[in-house]
Amino acid sequence: MKSKIFQIFLTIFFIMIFFIFYKGLKNPNIYVPKNSLEKDIPSFKAKIFDNNTLVTSEEIFKRDKFYLMNIWASWCLPCREEHPFLMELHSNKNLEIIGLNYKDKKKNAYKFLKELNNPYEIIILDKDGTLAIEWGAYGVPESFLIQNQKIIKKIIGPLNKDLFTEIKRLIK
Amino acid sequence: MKSIKYLIIIVFLFSTSLSNAQEKDLQNKITKNLRCLICQGQSVYDSDSDFANSVKLLIEKKLDEGQNEKQIYEYLKNKYGDWILYDPKFDKNTYFLWLMPILLFIIGGAIIVRLFIIKKN
Repeated sequence: MKSKIFQIFLTIFFIMIFFIFYKGLKNPNIYVPKNSLEKDIPSFKAKIFDNNTLVTSEEIFKRDKFYLMNIWASWCLPCREEHPFLMELHSNKNLEIIGLNYKDKKKNAYKFLKELNNPYEIIILDKDGTLAIEWGAYGVPESFLIQNQKIIKKIIGPLNKDLFTEIKRLIK
Repeated sequence: MKSIKYLIIIVFLFSTSLSNAQEKDLQNKITKNLRCLICQGQSVYDSDSDFANSVKLLIEKKLDEGQNEKQIYEYLKNKYGDWILYDPKFDKNTYFLWLMPILLFIIGGAIIVRLFIIKKN
């Protein structure tokens, strides 16, 4: 009797383990924290790219419209890939694109914008990368769609056609 | 009088370097407890990636502002979720994670006892 209970218990235990691993293996490998969505934008002070004057997050995101906060750098190749999408989004009246120039040299950043055009209303500087951490970013490029001071979508990596269509749908 | 002045300067320099060393130790301790989210199995302390370097700088800034270890962990958890911490706290999402090794140990032990010790007797 005792041995039977033990066997049943063991079988249940191994079935349980099997299902845990089975479910675990089905989970995607890319980790995206759930709590990064629908979160308030961070409060910060940063220097403006053009004139080095200080600006606060409240001043940048004060208007009642959509904002796309894009983290970019001239040395980042995927940023070149996504640039045409940003240029296209730039023409949308519902959306304002804010750039966060990440660990970049000003001279190179100017060159980059001169070559590919400037889709940004404002560009803020992040010389040491700590401002990107405030945003909960992993690297470049990364974009945050913002509405009413809240992050409604976080995009890790460059924009592509699907994401571009999705952003357009969201800001309609 | 002059020697007292020198003594004060030496004590001041010594205490400053001591507090700097303590802050560096604490910074290292914190970064060792944080996972580098873009690396393969490395802590922020071990990694030299852009992400890890920025986190290190941010921690240094936060410590200079007077924040403590717990506040820094809380801040980063708020930004990146539990995953950034190597030591996730014991709550309803992590019960299984914490209890599983104990459970496995007990069951494994019971199997060993049953198979080898009881049978032998």
